[in-house]
Amino acid sequence: MSVLTPAELAPEALSVDGVTVRLGGRTVLDHVSFSVLAGEFTGLIGSNGAGKTTLFRVILGLQPPLSGRVRVGDGRRGGADVGYVPQKFLLDPDMPLRGRDLIALGLDGHRLGLPLPSRARRARVDEMLDAVDAGAFADARVGQLSGGEQQRILIAHALISRPRLLLLDEPLANLDLRAAQEAVRLLSRIASEQRIAVLISAHEMNPLLPVMDRIVYLAEGRAASGTVHEVVRSEVLTELYGHHVDVLRVHGRVIVVGGRGHDEHAVPELVGAPGSVEIVK
Amino acid sequence: MDEVLKAIVEPGFFSNASVQLAAAVGAVVAIVAGCVGVFTVIRGQSFAGEALGDLGATGGSSAYLAGVAPLWGFMAITVTAAGIMELIGIQRARGRDLATGIVLGAGFGLAALLLYLGTIYDNTTGATVTILFGSPFTLSSSMLPLVAVLGALALGIVLILYRPLLLVSVSPELASARRLPVRLIGALYLLAMALAVALSAVTIGAILSTALLVGPAATALQVTRRPGRAIVTAAAVGIGAMWLGILLAYDSYYWSSNHHAWPVSFFVVALVLLAYVASRSRPARLHPRPDRDR
Repeated sequence: MSVLTPAELAPEALSVDGVTVRLGGRTVLDHVSFSVLAGEFTGLIGSNGAGKTTLFRVILGLQPPLSGRVRVGDGRRGGADVGYVPQKFLLDPDMPLRGRDLIALGLDGHRLGLPLPSRARRARVDEMLDAVDAGAFADARVGQLSGGEQQRILIAHALISRPRLLLLDEPLANLDLRAAQEAVRLLSRIASEQRIAVLISAHEMNPLLPVMDRIVYLAEGRAASGTVHEVVRSEVLTELYGHHVDVLRVHGRVIVVGGRGHDEHAVPELVGAPGSVEIVK
Repeated sequence: MDEVLKAIVEPGFFSNASVQLAAAVGAVVAIVAGCVGVFTVIRGQSFAGEALGDLGATGGSSAYLAGVAPLWGFMAITVTAAGIMELIGIQRARGRDLATGIVLGAGFGLAALLLYLGTIYDNTTGATVTILFGSPFTLSSSMLPLVAVLGALALGIVLILYRPLLLVSVSPELASARRLPVRLIGALYLLAMALAVALSAVTIGAILSTALLVGPAATALQVTRRPGRAIVTAAAVGIGAMWLGILLAYDSYYWSSNHHAWPVSFFVVALVLLAYVASRSRPARLHPRPDRDR
């Protein structure tokens, strides 16, 4: 009676295999390999300039790698299998586009001609609005929404074509603390409810610790992937960086110390009683 | 009732062949300009549209010198200029001003020379006014087929590319993530804009052609949040301004004793401006907005 879902047929939503990219004489990505399963929430962590955006461009097919391969799903649907949410999306407040229209473009924006009004299409858009909890502002001009609201519209736009993989480029960067926490909860819920793989890039891993199933840590063009427990350890990161790195846990938060200065994942404020620091070897 | 009608519409208006032709051409042009213009405003390419219109003066002057109908000249120059702008890099935000400014400066210089040569060799100064400010009453009906073809082409490009064009115009980044050919779509759009500007120039002149392209569209975008409705509204505003402008210009012939009619383009542009001002002075929104307490 039940048909195997795409997730069951090909559990790997994304498979990156030995990808190397050289740009401007620099090796930006060096034999990067990892995979993401359907329903998993994965964080791509790395400082600015570590190669996160380049890796996303390779996955999207916009940047051909020097070597290596990327496969999304079973590779048959091509670009339609990846939904993408860019980081910055500043729109003129007068831009004549409602949230629900932008979402609808996610469904058929690549088709020629005028959109014919269709009940099925409207129902799909409403379904997406529900999934991201954006019904309240679906009819306002997209340019007049707040950063967090726009992001939810963009997530719905990316989800409506039922991709296997959802990519978000630094989604937490422009949000305040509360909005960031809501976004993380929403994305985690989407990953498990819709059985799609969510891969988000960030330069700060702490907000994601509660929900990350898997981490891909990018440094010096190389990547280490696995659970947070497996990857965020002194010895793993020391090998990745090529020089000594300490990993500290303070009140459940992680601090990586000893990178090249700007690689430090610093917690903005250190709170807590003495004796709550644990050095992870 | 009869008196009112007679006061507004001077005798012979509806039966005048020039008026009928001007109204027909004007309506077609207004529809094309409204449809294309909505995207011009969305894409923020009004300056390019303005430049194409001003450059039309060069084309019109050349056509005049060559003894050919101005529309050919307008069309040739706007399409060529759009191509050059595209090559220089008008689609990148940084290249935009530069590309437009360079081509505009060169074009104006050429237009000045050509119009000067025209007045020397032909001694009809009226040509300058016609090219710069339009004269729909002196259109010949042999122009109708060309107007129809160019209009259909411009409309066709925009309507066929509607959905991808909308996505590309709103966010090139989202569009390229979906593997849409962003640059090609932009170039085709420039072509449509060049044709729309050329058609506008024929009715209200090269200098004022942008007003018809951008004015009704900007007005429409003030009153609606949906691009489809904006297109219909822009076309309606354009047609209204055209027809009323033609009527007022016709009437103005009778206003003064020396029987000089005021130019149509003046009335059309004034009406377009009035519509825009009116659209901006609407009362506060009537429907509730989501509460935001950040």
